Amino acid sequence: MTDTTQKAAVEVIPAAPVPAPPTRRTRVRRGLTPWLFLIVPLALLITFTYAPIANMIAYSFTDWDGVSPELHSTGVENYREVFTRPDLFEVFWVSGYYLAASVVQIVLALYFATILSFNVRFRNFFKGVLFFPYLINGVAIGFVFLYFFQDGGTLDSVLSLFGVKTDHAWLGTPVSANTSLAGVSVWRYLGLNFVLFLGAIQSIPGELYEAAELDGANRWHQFRHIIAPGIKPVLTLTVILSISGSLSVFEIPYIMTGGATGTETFVIQTVNLAFRFNKTGLASAAAIVLLLIILLVTWVQRRLVPDDKVDLV
Amino acid sequence: MTGRTITRALVYLSLIAATLVVLLPLVVVLLTSLKSEKEMADTSGALELPHDLLNFHNYVTAFQDGEMLSAFTNTAIILLISIGGTVLIGSMTAYAIDRFTFRFKKLVVALFLTAALVPGVTTQVATFQIVNSFGMFDSLWAPIALYMGTDIVSIYIFLQFVRSIPVSLDESARLDGANAFTIYRKIIFPLLKPATATVVIVKGITVYNDFYIPFLYMPSEDLGVISTSLFRFRGPYAAHWEVISAGAVLVILPTLIVFLSLQRFIYNGFTRGATR
Repeated sequence: MTDTTQKAAVEVIPAAPVPAPPTRRTRVRRGLTPWLFLIVPLALLITFTYAPIANMIAYSFTDWDGVSPELHSTGVENYREVFTRPDLFEVFWVSGYYLAASVVQIVLALYFATILSFNVRFRNFFKGVLFFPYLINGVAIGFVFLYFFQDGGTLDSVLSLFGVKTDHAWLGTPVSANTSLAGVSVWRYLGLNFVLFLGAIQSIPGELYEAAELDGANRWHQFRHIIAPGIKPVLTLTVILSISGSLSVFEIPYIMTGGATGTETFVIQTVNLAFRFNKTGLASAAAIVLLLIILLVTWVQRRLVPDDKVDLV
Repeated sequence: MTGRTITRALVYLSLIAATLVVLLPLVVVLLTSLKSEKEMADTSGALELPHDLLNFHNYVTAFQDGEMLSAFTNTAIILLISIGGTVLIGSMTAYAIDRFTFRFKKLVVALFLTAALVPGVTTQVATFQIVNSFGMFDSLWAPIALYMGTDIVSIYIFLQFVRSIPVSLDESARLDGANAFTIYRKIIFPLLKPATATVVIVKGITVYNDFYIPFLYMPSEDLGVISTSLFRFRGPYAAHWEVISAGAVLVILPTLIVFLSLQRFIYNGFTRGATR
């Protein structure tokens, strides 16, 4: 009896400054605690991200239609098809339009972020106007621009104000349709890049500009030597987001043209293959190819520009 | 005229041009939504003003025939549950990763990090089968589960904030006898308010605007969210631009109101959310 009380007393006293030496049971419990917090997130992560990827790899080697219980292994046949059937591979060229559009978008965003980080009248108004499209629902944007490119719609009306009479079917030929759609994506996503750049520019200490101005640097010099290096991490992030974004375009062309007149993108094609033509096996192979390309791009970017900001632990 | 004034003039000119490019398509749709069917047939250009600026007839049609009420309700339910879940899951994950050392921690972190590199659209073919096997297909649960399950950005936002909370706070609470859950609930979570606000905004806008997931997983007519309900306008109103425009304005309006009232937080949220 005395022995136990004494032991307890001994344990309690040092417990105040330093936690009690853990017994086996508390050690086990402590070891479990983080897992109690992580079990739901991990379960969701594995169920909805990793299990699909694993399944997709398995499907991609079969001729499964997504419904029937039967699936036959076909080896690499699906992959051969993705790379050799010209109509399947063609969709990659469409990404080129969006890739070109992202170059325009990044340059414009950089320009507006730079001028709006200096003193400009109605600055907040312009900031708001440039950013707002990014927040708008994609379907609404699709409709707004369907009307914009309509015969006698917004664009034709504006052009006729300037005396340009067109009966151009903007969404009528592959080149003009893809250019128009890529233009919509610049309209939509410019704001996000703009705000990212603006945030990065504003985190550059103001004294740097003052010092530069004293040294006689003009705006271009300030941009070249202060802003450009200061926003490099964000710039590389934007580039990689743009590349993977250009490869996985879906919403705007699907809503506006449904992929008609040569505007079908990789994701529209995959969705159609899987859910309309029940070619789950082929669609999986296509999706794996896209995923690998995106991972490759990310990897190359990380190699070229080691990003010290990505340290989760 | 010095060089500086010319530059200034050009700067303003470019800003005004950008403003026109952004606003013109939207303003025209607003004008179109106020026109009557007859006006649409008669008038030549999209830029003409409607005869009656208070003609809300198309809005009534769009709201009723487009079943916008049920769309807004469904969207609200999905928003509420998935945002609540995201906040809970994100903050718990961040707390566990930042405050504990445990076996396989590196692996867990790597799993979350790598998932951020996988664009959701690429895995949908197989995700579909999994959602289907849970019997969640064509129910509100499909988007809710998917929105909660894949949000790495919010975990990252929370992580940055948890890191800024001094560990001494946890320690003193532990000495008072608090266990890990009490510390999370009473200390960490309340201090995460700014991060929570950011996540709520960023996630809210993403979920409100998402088209892909509800389109794939909830084909039933009565399960429309605002994007899919609006998308369905394409069929019945294909030639009625005045009704489609009214529908589009109805969908954009809540975003505009939220944006105007929360501007500063929204900018900050997106800067934080995207520069992972």
